[in-house]
Amino acid sequence: MELNGYHCAGEGCAEAEDEDTAGPELLLPAGGEPPCSSAAAGSGEKAMADGPAHRERRISNSTPARQRLDSLKKSRPPFPWFGMDIGGTLVKLVYFEPKDITAEEEQEEVESLKSIRHYLTSHTAYGKTGIRDVHLELPDLILWGRKGSLHFIRFPTQELPAFLQMGRDKHFSSLHTTLCATGGGAYKFEADFRTMADLQLLKLDELDCLIKGVLYIDSVVARGPPECYYYENPTHPENCQQKAYNLENPYPLLLVNIGSGVSILAVYSKDNYKRVTGTSLGGGTFLGLCCLLTGCSTFEEALEMASRGESTRVDKLVRDIYGGDYERFGLPGWAVASSFGNMMCKEKRDSVSKEDLARATLVTITNNIGSITRMCALNENIERVVFVGNFLRVNTLSMKLLAYALDYWSKGQLKALFLRHEGYFGAVGALLELLNSS
Amino acid sequence: MATPGGTNRASHSLDKSITLPPDEIFRNLENAKRFAIDIGGSLTKLAYYSTVQHKVAKVRSFDHTAKAGVQEADGEPLYEISVQEEITARLHFIKFENTYIETCLDFIKDHLVNTETKVIKATGGGAYKFKDLIEKKLKLKVDKEDEMSCLIKGCNFVLKNIPHEAFVYAKHADSEFRFQNTRPDIFPYLLVNIGSGVSIVKVESEDKFERIGGSSIGGGTFWGLGALLTKTKRFDELLQLASKGQHTNVDMLVKDIYGGAYGSLGLTGDLIASSFGKSATADKEFSQEDMAKSLLHMISNDIGQLACLYARLHNLNRVYFGGFFIRGHPVTMHTITYSINFFTKGEVQALFLRHEGYLGAIGAFLKGAEEDNPNQYSWGENYAGSSGLMSVSPDLNPMQRARSGTFDMLEMDRLERQLVNLPLLQDPSSYIPDTVDLTEDALAREYWLYCFEEALDGVVKRAVASQKDQPEAAERAEKFRQKYRHKLQTLRHQPFAYGSLTVRSLLDTREHCLNEFNFPDPYSKIKQRENDMALKYYQKVVRSLEELSWEQRQFALVRGILAGNVFDWGAKAVSDVLESDPEFGFEQAKQQLQERPWLVDAYNQWVERLKGPPHKCALFFVDNSGMDIILGVFPFVRELLLRGTEVVLASNSGPALNDVTNSELQIVTERIAAMDPVIQTAVKEERLILVQSGSSSPCLDLSRLDKVLATVVRERGTDLVIIEGMGRAIHTNYYAMLSCESLKLAVIKNSWLAERLGGKIFSVVFKYEVPSKAQGLH
Repeated sequence: MELNGYHCAGEGCAEAEDEDTAGPELLLPAGGEPPCSSAAAGSGEKAMADGPAHRERRISNSTPARQRLDSLKKSRPPFPWFGMDIGGTLVKLVYFEPKDITAEEEQEEVESLKSIRHYLTSHTAYGKTGIRDVHLELPDLILWGRKGSLHFIRFPTQELPAFLQMGRDKHFSSLHTTLCATGGGAYKFEADFRTMADLQLLKLDELDCLIKGVLYIDSVVARGPPECYYYENPTHPENCQQKAYNLENPYPLLLVNIGSGVSILAVYSKDNYKRVTGTSLGGGTFLGLCCLLTGCSTFEEALEMASRGESTRVDKLVRDIYGGDYERFGLPGWAVASSFGNMMCKEKRDSVSKEDLARATLVTITNNIGSITRMCALNENIERVVFVGNFLRVNTLSMKLLAYALDYWSKGQLKALFLRHEGYFGAVGALLELLNSS
Repeated sequence: MATPGGTNRASHSLDKSITLPPDEIFRNLENAKRFAIDIGGSLTKLAYYSTVQHKVAKVRSFDHTAKAGVQEADGEPLYEISVQEEITARLHFIKFENTYIETCLDFIKDHLVNTETKVIKATGGGAYKFKDLIEKKLKLKVDKEDEMSCLIKGCNFVLKNIPHEAFVYAKHADSEFRFQNTRPDIFPYLLVNIGSGVSIVKVESEDKFERIGGSSIGGGTFWGLGALLTKTKRFDELLQLASKGQHTNVDMLVKDIYGGAYGSLGLTGDLIASSFGKSATADKEFSQEDMAKSLLHMISNDIGQLACLYARLHNLNRVYFGGFFIRGHPVTMHTITYSINFFTKGEVQALFLRHEGYLGAIGAFLKGAEEDNPNQYSWGENYAGSSGLMSVSPDLNPMQRARSGTFDMLEMDRLERQLVNLPLLQDPSSYIPDTVDLTEDALAREYWLYCFEEALDGVVKRAVASQKDQPEAAERAEKFRQKYRHKLQTLRHQPFAYGSLTVRSLLDTREHCLNEFNFPDPYSKIKQRENDMALKYYQKVVRSLEELSWEQRQFALVRGILAGNVFDWGAKAVSDVLESDPEFGFEQAKQQLQERPWLVDAYNQWVERLKGPPHKCALFFVDNSGMDIILGVFPFVRELLLRGTEVVLASNSGPALNDVTNSELQIVTERIAAMDPVIQTAVKEERLILVQSGSSSPCLDLSRLDKVLATVVRERGTDLVIIEGMGRAIHTNYYAMLSCESLKLAVIKNSWLAERLGGKIFSVVFKYEVPSKAQGLH
């Protein structure tokens, strides 16, 4: 099992990859400082998997690099490597597929493990509702010394029983692996995992995982489309376009996670953050209201309708009330004065389309998140805002709206940033905890 | 309101759905001028200024200069009483549904005689829509005013002029409404106006305000989305639906995601994680009630959260909520309050206003009335002419929420003087005049409402008797009876209708109702007779006091005040005695008094204090006419004057029961001065002066006193305040903390109250308080 290319996880990774040829450089800060100079101290290179166990072993051996390699081999969890985030609406699953499997390993690989690997990697859809986001796949990733692909899979939380059934059918439990899970479902369904699939969950805090995941993914994505981006000229639709953003020095940062609901975190350093507030008006509200108002049943359907609708037929604008701008208070005529305000009137209710209603719902929820975010940014005195969460998946409308709203109402002070792996950071953060689980 | 007593009792007294005759609503139109109108989405608020002709009882001294020794002028009354017409200014505000607008305009046109008025100030979203109609009907030019500035102007006005205007809403408390005291400084504050959208305004002074933010998710969103989701068209009905729903069927809660609480963040399981999160499915039906409830929570929470974020950013902790979303709806007041408590952990209180619906109309009116300078006066809510706060929990009487046909009124009287705080209040912002809040104390409320109802017959009789020469007095008195009884019934069901219910507000309401039916001073003749009688004994009393040793005299003086205070037509136990035995005398009164030790007895400390240096100046809030003022107070005052203490006698500006009024006291003082050189010299040297309190109530609110009184108090370096009588020292001010020495003395002439305080009827309260040194230094 002696392999090349042991690489670190954590933020030092981009560098580590460059040092690939220079020799094994593992989990810990370069130069092999004595353990007492705590890895957490300032360098920002503290690896995710740095734990007391490694440090002890490191002292006792001669060459630090070799030492770390050995310790990693020992502590490295057995395959399969999963991270899971069970949210209110969606289950997000990340799966690390090792691509550097030797013939020897292949031979030793138990049938159930092989079957899971093949099942997950040879499909892009699972059942009716499970989907692998192929475009997000991170190939050639080196994690804990193994090279492989990170896959991003999601399915509705209500399908969790089917998932557990599959785990049972594929004898997942025989692998004696730890399943790292975060999100509320890790708590809610813990017993089901145990009774239905004989699986023990390692429950992890969702906000911890979220932040770890964001920082990790941002650090490992070096090629391909940039992980972090923003919209240039957000107030000029015709010139508005995506631009890469370097999140190398991200603090302080407001992290807005829009899932079914919304959490807003102020992040001051890798492990110093607080939840500022949250709102129950999130992705779940958008979809829930759209289903009631239009009869649609999926997020994609709702978004598609929204893209064809016109919210100004549903909302009452400032100009609908004042005939133009409300100059006294600096309110432009196009601003929404009352979301769904036109729907107070029967004639207008009868004249709007489902598409209009879907669009108005999207605009209402998005603007509201923008508005609360802006107030939090002001109260916390933070100018950089990163929006994540699956509400933004294939939802350019909302992203542009957020970019616009933040820029316009803050007079250019606030910047809205987005991440390509939107909804998967919690699951990634959970995966990263796997190393600590043994 | 106008239905004869009895038919609209109990449950029906809550039902305002009957259409009232317009002349009961648009009162005093003949003298109306300066109109303003605020037309909202469904309600119209009309404001106008009128002058009201009132009968007032005036006293005038007979010319006695020719005669010496007045006390011998037997048979001839001391002064003459005449009833005169007086004109006072009043503001009328009427609220009605937009559907009535044309009928109402017609009525106004027909009754409007005043031709001076050329313009009507208008505000509100509907002002445009009805512009032509108004101009055509009233022949007045519509002059549009900015909505927001009207709102703020109106808000400032009610916060300054109406005690107990603002309240905290607590759905599950004994009393849903917890009224706030008027604060000496109302600024700065945040006003969150929830109309179809939300505006968040920071108000820093009378003229300085700024819209610091807002939200498009407001009342229009509730109404619009609600109408789409439930097929219910009316706003009130949507609220009604919401109050019956279960939001947990529609919302995704923290426990739906976590199975329980999210402990590490302190998020409880019942918290909403995602509004409408459970409705993201095509194959389930949701009840209209549940959806409406979920929507209400979503919007209220969102507004509350934004309000908190703005309050925090601008460091403000007083946040008032208004707009049609709030307007007296218990459901929305509750959800907004809940949200604010959740997001600020109690640091910020959600405040609501009793007259929230009138703010725009009041503001528009004030803009048009600037030349009358309404802000230079103090104004008082007229309890007789105002409908009071409606609404209780909608579950109680759902029909009540349907407001069709409801006319709601607010009337405010211009007070003759500006009212200010007593400069000697230790902490004006925490001063509460009333001793017992009957809104919260159900037992006490029950008793006092019963008490006032019982006393009503006597008051009616007294009122008729005071105007024997006027044949229609009986009819008017009957109207008074109906009106006041109706008020009492309303208060029984809605104790919060006029702010905190107190003995003071019950007394004041009675005075307002008596005035309304032109019984300005039912006790004028009784007071005259009693003053007359008491004056005859004055010299005798003074002489006998002079014969006593110093120690004995001090005690006799205090007993004298207490005995005098037994003569009180405001106390039923006493008025019965006085009615049956008019000869009931000063000495008999003394015998009724409790022997020492009194119920509250600080007499020894008081006497010790008297052995020290004299006070610089004493301010004495006096109580009743007759024996009380003449044989009790004056000898005591005389002693103070002889000690070298200046005395300021503060008496009511207008009549209330048998309390001595300022004009009566002037005559009484002249008479006494003519007999007593001590008083005469003191008056001449201005060591004894008379001031008006600014009040016409048997009780005393030390935060609303005549500005002149405050100036005198300050200039004279007042270091002793004496408050006499049940109304002023027990029902109010019993717990008032002053920054100088104070004496509160009264005889408890009500057995229920005496029992509550742990004593018997005719128990004596003699409270002498000295502020601690530390506080005195301020």
